[in-house]
Amino acid sequence: MSDRLRADSSPRRLFEPARVLSQAEAESLARRIVGFSQADSCRVAIGSSARGNTRFAVNQVSTSGDNEDVTIRVRVTVGKKVGAATTNRLDDDALRQVVQTAERIAKLQPDDPELMPELGPQTYTGVDAFHAATAAAEPGQRAEIVRKVTEASRAAGLSSTGYLEVVTSANAVANSAGLFAYHRSTDCAFTTTVRTTDGAGSGWAGAASRDIDAIDGAALAATAIDKAKRSLNAVAIEPGRYTVVLEPTAVGNLVQLLAFATNARQADEGRSFFSKPGGGTKVGLKVVDERVNLLSDPQDQLAPGVPFDGDGLPTRRVNWIEGGVVKELGYDRFWAQKQGVAPVVLPGCLQMSGGSQSVQEMIASTERGILVTRFWYIRPVDPRTILYTGLTRDGTFLIERGKVTKAIKNLRFNESPVFLLNNIEALGKTQRVSASESGSAGVPIVVPSVKAHDFTFTSLSDAV
Amino acid sequence: MTSSRREFLKSSASVAAVGFAANLASPRFAGAAAPASRFADDALRIAPTVGDPAIRELVLSAIDAAKRAGASYADARISQNRSRRLATRERRVQGLSDDETLGCGIRVLVDGTWGFAATRELTADAIARTARIAVAQAKANRGTQVAPVKLAPVTATPNGTWSSPIKIDPFTVAIEDQVALLLRANEAALGVAGVKFVNSAMFFLREEKTFASTDGTVTVQTIYRAQPSMTVTAVSADNSDFQSRQSTDIQPHGLGYEHVLDGKLVENAPRWGAEAVEKLKAKPVDVGRYDLVLHPTHLWLTIHESVAHPTELDRALGYEANYAGTSFVAPPQKVLGKLKYGPEIMNIQGNRTEAGSLGAIGWDDEGVAPETFDIIRKGVVVDYQTTREQAGELDWWYKQQGKPVRSHGNSYAQSWADVQFQRMPNVSLLPGEKDLSYEDLIAATDKGIAIVGDGSFSIDQQRYNAQFGGQLFYEIKGGKIVGMLKDVAYQIRTPEFWSAMDMLGGKRSYELGGAFGDGKGQPAQSNAVSHGCPPTRHRQINVINTGRKA
Repeated sequence: MSDRLRADSSPRRLFEPARVLSQAEAESLARRIVGFSQADSCRVAIGSSARGNTRFAVNQVSTSGDNEDVTIRVRVTVGKKVGAATTNRLDDDALRQVVQTAERIAKLQPDDPELMPELGPQTYTGVDAFHAATAAAEPGQRAEIVRKVTEASRAAGLSSTGYLEVVTSANAVANSAGLFAYHRSTDCAFTTTVRTTDGAGSGWAGAASRDIDAIDGAALAATAIDKAKRSLNAVAIEPGRYTVVLEPTAVGNLVQLLAFATNARQADEGRSFFSKPGGGTKVGLKVVDERVNLLSDPQDQLAPGVPFDGDGLPTRRVNWIEGGVVKELGYDRFWAQKQGVAPVVLPGCLQMSGGSQSVQEMIASTERGILVTRFWYIRPVDPRTILYTGLTRDGTFLIERGKVTKAIKNLRFNESPVFLLNNIEALGKTQRVSASESGSAGVPIVVPSVKAHDFTFTSLSDAV
Repeated sequence: MTSSRREFLKSSASVAAVGFAANLASPRFAGAAAPASRFADDALRIAPTVGDPAIRELVLSAIDAAKRAGASYADARISQNRSRRLATRERRVQGLSDDETLGCGIRVLVDGTWGFAATRELTADAIARTARIAVAQAKANRGTQVAPVKLAPVTATPNGTWSSPIKIDPFTVAIEDQVALLLRANEAALGVAGVKFVNSAMFFLREEKTFASTDGTVTVQTIYRAQPSMTVTAVSADNSDFQSRQSTDIQPHGLGYEHVLDGKLVENAPRWGAEAVEKLKAKPVDVGRYDLVLHPTHLWLTIHESVAHPTELDRALGYEANYAGTSFVAPPQKVLGKLKYGPEIMNIQGNRTEAGSLGAIGWDDEGVAPETFDIIRKGVVVDYQTTREQAGELDWWYKQQGKPVRSHGNSYAQSWADVQFQRMPNVSLLPGEKDLSYEDLIAATDKGIAIVGDGSFSIDQQRYNAQFGGQLFYEIKGGKIVGMLKDVAYQIRTPEFWSAMDMLGGKRSYELGGAFGDGKGQPAQSNAVSHGCPPTRHRQINVINTGRKA
């Protein structure tokens, strides 16, 4: 590389800390857009993001990417009619155009019988989810974290693949009734799958945090390498009902499915697990083991959520399930009004309370069972029971007489988190997990490890 | 894989997972602020449009800036995606939104290492800065390099244009007509006794994409996609059961509004409603082995998961191990020309030309004119899906076959903000020589189940073990349908499943199915792909009963 090129590309100066809209910039932009509207009401949602990622495969970086974007979503009402439009162009002409498009769409709609008036100014409790170190992370730093895995894997004679994602975002909502809300956050997720070069062994490790400094590449490398080596020579076992020890990631994979189903309207309409036979919802009924508490707390330290929803409504701690009993379901503002209750919004995070057992203790107390690292390709089968199917992956082991004795072939399950949480034998300490399928930071989830009996595996897989 | 609700929390984190906003889970796959209704489509267009000389200048300036910063190769894409999404339930419009996203993505090679950066700011300065960021990023990654990237040769297209073969641009259709059509279809379904809920939707995309590479290609393409859809739900009188029928007879296509009109939602809705009600009374299936007759509206998804994904070369080489997975069709040296996937009557082709298919394009996202190529010939694996970076991995095989080492044209990025990589083209099962129909296959079957429409799906990370549901299940006895079944899913091991195929339909029974949400890569990108197929019969497949009591 010539000196001229070096001067020209000067990476240190190029990679400024992630640029997202500040509160003042977002408010000024939102007010400008609302000012362009002639409609009866106007709401603007701004999503400003800077995303960086680094992928690696076969022990080297394969692709990476950095991008910045700002999305403007305008929603207007004309009488009882609603229209919406989105753009990522920020010049005044484009902003006027997006407002006019939304207005024109609204005028062509039938009246919306479920229309709710815009909220006036609200009071928010700030959520601390922004880490400057994460926002400042540049490709060189990402490559350094990645190298902790690629070099350890190469040294071990293994092949590593993985993904590091760093996201900085700012979201704002403003409307013509004077509401303004702003929230800034960072997120990062790092996952790696290490395989033996003959393809006979595979181990996974992953972590997610708001703070990039909490991502320990070396520790994740060690876990994935250890699992890859130990997963060799997997034997087939008969599918059937087994006692399982689920590591926290596997628990996160399943428990989040229960949270997806907490929609009150679907329950009231008789098309949900939370529908009560004969009518109404299961609020007040015990549906899982009494040790289960499932909640979303936007102020949680490990898994902070968001301070407001898309309407600009403040979030709060929601107890979905307490002592095994359904306490709350999600209500949008319309359904809440219709049913005479307060709205209940999803605060963008999820946690399940835990216990005191370590995974080692759970294994030690197991006569015969299966230790699961994580589940994958989980898809709905029957919404009546929240039944899903999916498979174990990247570290599945047989437990015999209190010890992990051998690697086993992967298994397909057909199971519901409802049945799992009814069959609990022990709960472990909680931790934040990376439980999204694609390795994105996803919704922050904090869960314990779980030991449960009678988990239903229906077939064997030859996949490693 | 196709994506599911499981990633929905990400996009609806600030919404109570209800209402229209939560359903707009299509980040960066948005389209444009189309002027609504009867106004001329381009009346309000301010953004630079495809074919605009200024856009051509910008993409060329991007690759020039990348070269000046030290790239040995660069390509740039400016794309404007416009989309419209209209969703209704029963007698209410849940939302209608016209969306656009516009920006430029720049990919560079420096010493055989990739860099990619993207910006929404379409100014010469912002684009030059983004090109330098891509180069600097490649330099930051260079330290991990083991084997440098080498690109297969490409024929330059200095001035190419291509458009989807549409008849009616959906963005010029009056919005009130689109709304009225869905509400009429809903009314038609609600007229069926037992039907309680109806959701219907239309989604349209128009992507205008200008691409330039340092290999001398500049192409301009306009790509359309359209998907009308309905879900009709019946609930039993005592709330003890509910069943839905999705409109899988109408698959998404790379067409315009004519595809919606051809779908005849109003005319079909009462049938879908009646089928949802009938499912409530259907007989729960007895577990066991059955001969399966699979309708094309169902089979396309099984092909997608069990044939199209495992024959992606990046998966076979281990590049997708951390998410989408690897493949049992590997390593190439051991399977090409050797691995028996199915019977002699099984022929699978990759293509990006089938009329109206989601995968149809003029050039892929690295400027390669795609070709139609055999993947499985007479039941044996003979090729993989490839990009320019990957084709060289198979040079030994192409030499043996007397073929040039060229990409098949399978590179794709979901938007300007994402880097392109290997994505499947249309991967289709060719019809058989005999002129057999779906009904002929049923008539030839003594004890079996016929499955219509795609439903639940899941497959492992090497594509061996899969489980599929469907929309409608019919019990076959003595060559006749004797009644409806429910709670049906079949589990397969891929090679056995295809080896068990003993009949397939002829040309006249061939249909295109497909999906917008083919997910792969990290960050996950959504590909749109069609799979054509005739109906097939598979002997003695394992069927489970998925019904359990809560």
